[in-house]
Amino acid sequence: MSYLHSIGQYFIMIRGIFERFTKRSVLKELIFKEIDELIIGSLGIVAFLSFFIGGVVALQTALNLNNPLIPKELIAFAARQSIILEFSPTFISIIMAGKVGSFITSSIGSMRVTEQIDALEVMGINSLNYLIFPKIIAMLTYPFVIAISMFLGIVGAYVSAVFGGFVGADTFITGLQDDFEGYHVFYAFFKTFLFAMILATIPSFHGYYMTGGSLEVGKASTTSFVWTSVVIIITNYVVTQLLLS
Amino acid sequence: MIEIKDLHKSFGEEHILKGLNFVFETGKTNLVIGQSGSGKSVLLKCMLGLFTPEEGTIEYDGKPYSSFDEGQKRELRQEIGMLFQGGALFDSMTVEENVMFPLRMFTRKKRKELLERVQEVLERVNLQDAGKKLPSEISGGMQKRVAIARAIVNKPKYLFCDEPNSGLDPHTATVIDNLIHELTVEYDITTVVITHDMNSLLEIGENIAFLKDGKLAWKGDKSQIFKTEDETVTNFVYSSDLFKKVKIAQQQGL
Repeated sequence: MSYLHSIGQYFIMIRGIFERFTKRSVLKELIFKEIDELIIGSLGIVAFLSFFIGGVVALQTALNLNNPLIPKELIAFAARQSIILEFSPTFISIIMAGKVGSFITSSIGSMRVTEQIDALEVMGINSLNYLIFPKIIAMLTYPFVIAISMFLGIVGAYVSAVFGGFVGADTFITGLQDDFEGYHVFYAFFKTFLFAMILATIPSFHGYYMTGGSLEVGKASTTSFVWTSVVIIITNYVVTQLLLS
Repeated sequence: MIEIKDLHKSFGEEHILKGLNFVFETGKTNLVIGQSGSGKSVLLKCMLGLFTPEEGTIEYDGKPYSSFDEGQKRELRQEIGMLFQGGALFDSMTVEENVMFPLRMFTRKKRKELLERVQEVLERVNLQDAGKKLPSEISGGMQKRVAIARAIVNKPKYLFCDEPNSGLDPHTATVIDNLIHELTVEYDITTVVITHDMNSLLEIGENIAFLKDGKLAWKGDKSQIFKTEDETVTNFVYSSDLFKKVKIAQQQGL
């Protein structure tokens, strides 16, 4: 029953976010601040992970290609497909659930504990709109992060495969272009958009409705990470079934 | 003036406010005192519109809150200044930005005018040099003064203070009490202070409501509270050793 209650409360929260809007000039500032904190602040770790994991994907494929009948182009093809379809949109989103999600839960949770949310409400401000709407808008730029991740993942794959001596540059580029389907990129960005909404709202929900003190803020951050990851994984499965099966 | 008439509020089976009646007067510091669990905080939240009472009315200058539409409620909230127990300053904003916040949200003035008003209230609470600091860089007493500045910057008609002295040393607590009282007179506002602090009672208790089990057990002012024979009040007031000794000294004519 408590899960049903939470799901209901989550959708009531979503409705509340789009009521009684905060003054436009204030919202504009908040959106830029959120883009800086949530998106720009995550670029470093996303770039680092994408480059090295892209490299490892190519390396693993190359090391396991023992059959001389399988063309070497497969290294680039496999790297491209795994990076575009799953690694960048899904696994980077799970990493972001840890980084951005925990940040959102703990910052909103701390505001709840220290009565800052009550202060907003007493002033007649819709705290849901003030706190969560700018995060949702900021997260609309999240697909750009994933585009950067895809690009750097493929660069990492190129570097490890070509400079590691597993395949020539021309062969790698040929493999990268083999059987390319634009629809796969659409699929990747469509689910990235859904993950962005999940990343903005589920951690906000856990922070906004938390009760207790600073210890509970930590617990809420952990719970938020778990639930955000679970919802991302389930959404990924459903979207893949619907769009690729 | 805020008038509470026959106010009832329950949470499930628990009946917290049981027909409370009281008038909070304009231009006076109105204190609500009582033991933990007596319903003080619930009363405050009902007055702020955060809780909806089951029965009774809360009238702001003769207009019942329950008759207000959403727009009127929002307008009323802009006329309310609130000092929270912990200050509730926004951590990510400087002192200046915190104080400017209500003005930015509800007025269309230019930044220069906003800054002038902010500087004016910061000077009023004696914090003119702290504008650029973050709340984490100033003391608890200064944080309370910033919160007072934020509460009064929009020239409210009603000021609510929830335990304004909690966590402060006696000297700073007196400074805060006096500041609240001075501002009440200066702006001619209706101030409601929820407190446990007996020093506040002595300093600024012009109109006191003593709550017990969700009901008004006694009302009066600071001069009357030490003379009353009402046992529920004397048990509360003289629960501190210091006040017991003061009473004994008074009785002995010392």
